[in-house]
Amino acid sequence: MSTFITGQELPAKSFFINRAALVTYAHASGDQNPIHQNEEFARSVGLENVIAHGMYTMGLVGQYISEVAGGSVKVQEFSARFTKPVVVPADVDVELIVSAVVGEVSETSAKLEVTAICNDVKVLGMTKAVISL
Amino acid sequence: MLNPDLVGRTFPGTKSTTITQESIEAFALALGESNLQVAPPTYAITISLEQSQSVLVDSGLDWSRVVHGDQRFAINKPLVAGMQITCNSTIESARVVAGNEIVTVRSDLIESDEVAVSSWSTLVFRA
Repeated sequence: MSTFITGQELPAKSFFINRAALVTYAHASGDQNPIHQNEEFARSVGLENVIAHGMYTMGLVGQYISEVAGGSVKVQEFSARFTKPVVVPADVDVELIVSAVVGEVSETSAKLEVTAICNDVKVLGMTKAVISL
Repeated sequence: MLNPDLVGRTFPGTKSTTITQESIEAFALALGESNLQVAPPTYAITISLEQSQSVLVDSGLDWSRVVHGDQRFAINKPLVAGMQITCNSTIESARVVAGNEIVTVRSDLIESDEVAVSSWSTLVFRA
């Protein structure tokens, strides 16, 4: 078991988002909105290109939190604000860099303040988790 | 616009969903998660969002205008295969900002009369 100390910076992890991954997530989640798969459609509704499902990005951040916590079973709370879309052009792996700082720690749980960045821009805001220890 | 009388109302789910190992694995693997025993923390969205959508569309909102604003999960009991879930959705708040309608729905995933996971989705219906 890891020990968490308030203010501790946890190691960053990179995820790579591409079109194929969005199709896989669409099938797994049931969210088949074409803005996440079809470039022509995405542009037709005013987007610059296909964008990742916000819940896919949040899901990847959730994977990071589960890993830090020692398993999904330890994640008690998780929240995020979808501040900027993650644009996913064809044939590109878009890097999502996730990191966290430990907030308040009690005997039984720790709070995490999480950062998720693509192309130097924070794509999620107010990203917080509570994990059990 | 959403009828303000609906704020605070709970819409009980009409069907029960049995969580399958296949659905947990598909969701976990899509996120690069190798632990397949427990559903990832965001898995509840696969149940909660459909229920929220059905409630809000029935209430007259246009789902083709929706953007996901905020999302929060409180996990009291991690989801695993075999759990039988019913999902009740409550419209917690609705407000209009610059013509956009911002609605927060809490969906409670209930197993054996206990809330396993609560999922709050704040949805923005663009003007």
